[in-house]
Amino acid sequence: MARKSRALPEINAGSMADIAFLLLIFFLVTTTMDSDSGITIKLPPWEENLEQEPPPIKARNVLEVLVNSNNQLLVEGDVIRVNQLRDKTKKFITNEGLDPNMSVSPEKAVISLKNDRGTSYVTYISVQNELKAAYREVREEYSLSKFGRKFDDLSPDQQDEVKDKYPQKISEAEPENTGAE
Amino acid sequence: MAKFQKKKGGGSPAINTASLPDIVFMLLFFFMVATTMREVTLKVKNNTPAASEIEKLTKKSLVSFIYIGSPIESLKEEFGTAPRIQLNDAFKSKDDVRTFVETEREKLPEYDKGKMIMSIKADQDVKMGIITDVKQELRKANALKLTYSTKKKGADDKGEL
Repeated sequence: MARKSRALPEINAGSMADIAFLLLIFFLVTTTMDSDSGITIKLPPWEENLEQEPPPIKARNVLEVLVNSNNQLLVEGDVIRVNQLRDKTKKFITNEGLDPNMSVSPEKAVISLKNDRGTSYVTYISVQNELKAAYREVREEYSLSKFGRKFDDLSPDQQDEVKDKYPQKISEAEPENTGAE
Repeated sequence: MAKFQKKKGGGSPAINTASLPDIVFMLLFFFMVATTMREVTLKVKNNTPAASEIEKLTKKSLVSFIYIGSPIESLKEEFGTAPRIQLNDAFKSKDDVRTFVETEREKLPEYDKGKMIMSIKADQDVKMGIITDVKQELRKANALKLTYSTKKKGADDKGEL
């Protein structure tokens, strides 16, 4: 008996939208949008016994930044506000030996940051941020004057040269515990 | 005389929904690509401070998170309001940080072990004491790449303090 050739019946796709909606809602609920970003620092390696003295650094090459438990800022003996810190740091780094109380050269400049255990995290982050911003602005100015381009647009070699000229040396001292936590 | 066709029963014609699945699939793919899986349920308040000098963490697999903050509203009765450290899904003490670092390091392939990044996601009301403790533990565990997770703000915003 010859079979009648018949067209295949169409698959009903009416519920496709429902399935896709279900998946969509699942992904909306279980995932987050936030991309992670933050201030990157490098911790010094842990040393069990501190027998050897750290190499001596001349006092003029160190910018001392202290933050107390009341979130007040003391830079080189002066009480200043966080929004003044960036300019002060820039002046310190780019001194080039002019002022006898500031750094001899950018290569030798070290920023020593010390906070209290009672310092609030938000203050600490804004201080770190200002220090990093100072270095970024100094590097930006140098690359503009030397290469005539922004730091981000330089070639990797040129970027390294700028980084060698203004190395970012932020050292963190062990915090004190004067204020109540 | 012209013959008029009688209108079929009242009501508007059905809207063609054949392309609806395509549209929804498009949305679905967008969300699949643009978002990341939520890995832990937060048990601590986590309102990170804002900063401008931030770097984006590109390789998600290298990053492990340490959450620090006071417990959320619903857990306050049980755990109090003092800031706590959350690792994965549980409250832990600072002594557990080292073990946490080791297990996270084990998860990475051999060639990526040195590139591990720890990210501290701390609430802005936290004091530095607990953060310092965690930092010291990270140093002992030899996990030296650290980021403080922050929100983004403009570069000229120098803070109100």
